[in-house]
Amino acid sequence: MTEEHDHSGNPPQPDEDRLAATEFEILERALRELLIEKGVFTADDIRIAVEAMDRKDPANGSKVVAHAWVDDAYRARLLDDSKAAIEELGIDVGPAPNLVVLENTATLQHVVVCTLCSCYPRTLLGMPPSWYKSREYRGRVVVEPRAVLREFGTELADDVEIKVVDSTADMRYLVLPARPDGTDGLSEAELADLVTRDSLIGVTQPNAPSGG
Amino acid sequence: MPGPHDIGGQILGSIDRSEHVPTDTERTVDAMQMLMGASGRKTYRIDEMRRAIESLSPEDYANFAYYNKWARAMSVLVVEKGILTESEISDRISSIRAEGMDNVGAKAGS
Repeated sequence: MTEEHDHSGNPPQPDEDRLAATEFEILERALRELLIEKGVFTADDIRIAVEAMDRKDPANGSKVVAHAWVDDAYRARLLDDSKAAIEELGIDVGPAPNLVVLENTATLQHVVVCTLCSCYPRTLLGMPPSWYKSREYRGRVVVEPRAVLREFGTELADDVEIKVVDSTADMRYLVLPARPDGTDGLSEAELADLVTRDSLIGVTQPNAPSGG
Repeated sequence: MPGPHDIGGQILGSIDRSEHVPTDTERTVDAMQMLMGASGRKTYRIDEMRRAIESLSPEDYANFAYYNKWARAMSVLVVEKGILTESEISDRISSIRAEGMDNVGAKAGS
């Protein structure tokens, strides 16, 4: 139905998804305007916070992992006191009181979820992907992790144990994946390029080196 | 009785793995939450934010998009904390509706 052919006098009706999105946008604008008017924050505060958010991406997590792959002493410190070891690299760990790095091996795979909401180590990984916040991932991964990993293209041998860890507001997790085979000659920066966001959540493995 | 958020262990459908780049409106809600929350003014605690989200009806919890739930929770908390009144929020929503939809939707960073 186009506007020209609508003689009812009503504006054209958006579809349901668009309607819900618009309700959300109206509420966002109302809150933003009112809170700025009350002096709770300024428009500039919002802009600066958005820009800071946009600068965070999984590169920080990849950097930590690559450094742990090339430096055994660092890896030991990272597993012992994760927050302090990450701060050593000049990375801000953020407001969560605790962060634990979990090491994957040939026989142990860690997978991170937040079943109750969406807790996620944002300072290391950026904004969480939509699937991490989805009901399907949160509901299923704790009872059928092998099937969930298969959906991500990850086939684990039967003798690989899977440990699923459930995050909270006070406790976040980062997976330290096993270093891929055939990467002996790679620099730390080249290693970091193999580490993907999803491998730091534990649902996939890091990329294999190309052209090796 | 567990709330609508307590879904760990439920066998639901397949996982939609498509990437969604957050919109300007979504990023603005996220930024406002940061400014109000633990890394900002500490107007309310993260636990209070979660309680407000988890108090949504099961239907709203299931149907609202992620940041829509955040915006609803924020609107409850700012009233609880005496920063805004319910009528201030509803009056503003009415005047935005009356003005038309052209200016709705945040332009993050502008």
